[in-house]
Amino acid sequence: MSLDKPYTDIPGTTIFDADKSREGYHLNQFCMSLMKAENRARFKANERAYLDEWPMSEEQKQAVMARDLNRCIALGGNIYFLAKIGATDGKSFQQMAGSMTGMTEDQYRDMMVKGGRSIEGNRKTGEKK
Amino acid sequence: MARISSSVYTSHVPAVGAALDLGKTAEAYWQPVFKGYDFSKQWEKEQKPDVIFLVFNDHATAFSLDLIPTFAIGTAAEFQPADEGWGPRPVPKVIGHPKLAAHIAQSVIQDDFDLTIVNKMDVDHGLTVPLSLMFGQPQAWPCPVIPFAVNVVQYPPPSGRRCFMLGQAVRKAIESYDEPLNVQIWGTGGMSHQLQGPRAGLINKEWDTAFLDRLIDDPEGLSKMPHLEYVREAGSEGIELVMWLIARGAMSDLRGGKKPTVRHRFYHVPASNTAVGHLILENN
Repeated sequence: MSLDKPYTDIPGTTIFDADKSREGYHLNQFCMSLMKAENRARFKANERAYLDEWPMSEEQKQAVMARDLNRCIALGGNIYFLAKIGATDGKSFQQMAGSMTGMTEDQYRDMMVKGGRSIEGNRKTGEKK
Repeated sequence: MARISSSVYTSHVPAVGAALDLGKTAEAYWQPVFKGYDFSKQWEKEQKPDVIFLVFNDHATAFSLDLIPTFAIGTAAEFQPADEGWGPRPVPKVIGHPKLAAHIAQSVIQDDFDLTIVNKMDVDHGLTVPLSLMFGQPQAWPCPVIPFAVNVVQYPPPSGRRCFMLGQAVRKAIESYDEPLNVQIWGTGGMSHQLQGPRAGLINKEWDTAFLDRLIDDPEGLSKMPHLEYVREAGSEGIELVMWLIARGAMSDLRGGKKPTVRHRFYHVPASNTAVGHLILENN
């Protein structure tokens, strides 16, 4: 029997479950390696060479180099791990989260100050706004 | 005998720690957040807890994907603030209480909760931000802390029900400890927030308010809420709120005592991506 996944109809949301975790294992462990200053320096000096030390898929490596966090998540990345790339780049968590929404940094910050993204229309895929 | 005098609930937003550490607390953006904790800091000075049992989650800091314990109790003598990629927070090291922690582990495991025992662990913002919010910026934290880490990174985290039952086992364990210690139990994380994907930035004030109401008045019913509702209504990271049920489960009204007194309640949006919620309940 396959895993029961009642959460796949939540719009704009990927739940990091056991399948995602398996798919993203090396991607996330690569992110984890960036918690060491010497690894951050080596990664920054030559991203491609550093990524090639990890048994990640080519797609995963491209997504990291493009800093496409939505793509990274689709390929098994988890946001708490991906945040280490943001830290390496000197980005805040708000900048990282905002980068996945299609909004500019200012638009995203303004939305949060005004009370955040509304739940209305955001509960289920296909739901009317 | 040891006793649980009160429970504290608070969000643990990393940006709150950064605002404190970088001296930004007086800025217009941050002022309302910290103002919500003025009462709490004063209250802690009067309460003088001997030990804090602090429920939090690790954010891919101490635990990578190599090891994902559902419940982990810190039994070490001390815990260092972790470098999460921005350098360690300039806060005091966390002093543990190995003897009480070992006692709780032994009791709770024999009560059917299979804890992982951790003797070496750095602690991230999930643990240190609540300490900063409740105690400010002292040279040393005022009392020992027992870190209790819950997996909420890889789905599924433990159910709300399981957390609630665990809290009851933790209370029993603490109350069977011989020294007359004043113990507080803290539940941290939440409230509604989502840090990933096109739905990032989700806040659900109405749901958060109802969660706080039910945590106070109907914890038993609240504990039956399925994961799916947390994720759908409070965001993929809002599921951290199951940890609050461990602290609530440890209150004495659940074994026939009186209802706890609400000493403080606070809610504010936003802190970075997150709704900040905070509650103090005192046992009667």
